[in-house]
Amino acid sequence: MGLAAPQAAMAPGLLSAAGRERLAFMLLVAPALLFAGAFYFLPIAQVLWISVSEPRPGLGNYAQLFTSTSIARVLATTARICAITTAITLVCSYAVAYALTHARPTIRRLLTIGVLLPLWVSVLVRAFAWMALLRREGLVNTALLASGLIDHPLGLIWNEFGVVLGMVHYMLPYGILPMAVQMRQIDPALAAASRGLGAGAFETFWRVFLPLSLPGLIGAGVLVFIFSLGFYVTPVLLGGGRTIMVAEYISVQIMDLLRWGTGTMLATTLILAILVALGLLSRVVDLRQLFGAR
Amino acid sequence: MRQQGRNVGAWLVICFLLLPITVVFPISVTDRDYLSLPVSGVSLRWYANLFTRPEWISSIGQSLVIAVCSMVIAVGVGTLCAIGCWRRGSRVSEAIRVLMLVPLIVPTIVYALGLYRLWVRLDLLDTYTGIVIAHAVTAVPYVIIIVSTGLAGFDVRLEQAARNLGADLRQTLWLVLVPSLVPALVSSAIFAFIHSWDEAVIVLFIAGRGLFTLPRRMWDGINDKLDPTMAAVAAVLITVTAVLLLVDLVLKRRQV
Repeated sequence: MGLAAPQAAMAPGLLSAAGRERLAFMLLVAPALLFAGAFYFLPIAQVLWISVSEPRPGLGNYAQLFTSTSIARVLATTARICAITTAITLVCSYAVAYALTHARPTIRRLLTIGVLLPLWVSVLVRAFAWMALLRREGLVNTALLASGLIDHPLGLIWNEFGVVLGMVHYMLPYGILPMAVQMRQIDPALAAASRGLGAGAFETFWRVFLPLSLPGLIGAGVLVFIFSLGFYVTPVLLGGGRTIMVAEYISVQIMDLLRWGTGTMLATTLILAILVALGLLSRVVDLRQLFGAR
Repeated sequence: MRQQGRNVGAWLVICFLLLPITVVFPISVTDRDYLSLPVSGVSLRWYANLFTRPEWISSIGQSLVIAVCSMVIAVGVGTLCAIGCWRRGSRVSEAIRVLMLVPLIVPTIVYALGLYRLWVRLDLLDTYTGIVIAHAVTAVPYVIIIVSTGLAGFDVRLEQAARNLGADLRQTLWLVLVPSLVPALVSSAIFAFIHSWDEAVIVLFIAGRGLFTLPRRMWDGINDKLDPTMAAVAAVLITVTAVLLLVDLVLKRRQV
């Protein structure tokens, strides 16, 4: 309370300084807010609006979620592929994140480059490379035929196998990096203590390290699942029109059939599904840490 | 032993990650007319194709212009926002930072739908302006993340000292903050550039006959005929990306 008097005495100067600070803050963030508001959030809001207003006002579009068999099939395919992709990605990511956390600096640097390079390379380049490898006349089939292991080329692409393979490849860095960040925060002394108390290597991993790394595992899992849900490029190119996920279905509704109501309804459903997943996730881990904002 | 065993799994995953990236290079020098490994010799004609065919050259040019323009906008807007939120450090600035990350979560296809409708109304379909704005606005989150990370290591007192010595906001930004943020700014510029350079989904929706960016040309190439020129394009892109990644890693190391 003793501070009250000098504070009051300085009030005029303080106020104007605070006012200037606020003005500076607003000037700095205004361009981003206006830019994103006009050219990002407005278009997104429009998608939500169209879903309840075209072709006629109401929730008619959403009824299709329960009545249309083709939509049901697409949603089932999407859920199945995303679940399989997430599961495989998590197992593989865990192995790499574990190695990254425990490796010597040189090895860690090599591993990091091995993870970052694919992350940075264009998704189209990667889809193209998978095609060169996996199509009927591709390198893998050619090699297997030449070696006599198979008589007929295997169907490795333009089916669910190809889509999952391409998606796992795309998602791995998004699984590995957040997991490695979280694992690095686990105190190595805990594992050492467990060993010191007589637990074997496996028991230490199973009962000490794994439980401690669970938040990272769950966080990475939800992140990968969310990214998989709305993924467009790889499923379209490697699915070859036979394995259709929801993002491709949406684009067909809009570009080919001009059914904006159905397309935007599915887009809105996608956003809602993602928000629910994020909501569940925020109970387990700090979201900002996951997205690198901290 | 166990440690070794676990690392084998990790290295297998890394090999899987690198497999499609490395396989592109031998294919790009094949002597056959289809996608295969070189059989009886190497040929550079696919690279010659890439750098002489007008359609590839114009696509590279268009992508360059769009990527540079959207990079400049995204870095400018995103950096100011990151600095503003950092100086303030209030609940409002936290909320703004979270809000600006939304584009990372919303699937691009959803945004492309909404943008298509807006661009129809504003007559921006199939224009450079339309694509530049779309790429810039979706690159801003990356810039904010990278610049915020750079600012986290910056001593707030330096900025306060500048203000106390009488520098106004503009001077503080240009003379104190920006020079010490150079690594983060370059890093975010690289990211924003690559984001636009590789972006296919938005372009497929809002570009018509007039604009054929490199990703759009590749999309068509993948869907039509898988000609080895595509492998040459892929090899060049991977090389460029690898160089940019190395620059970024070197910058990050200096920063720390």
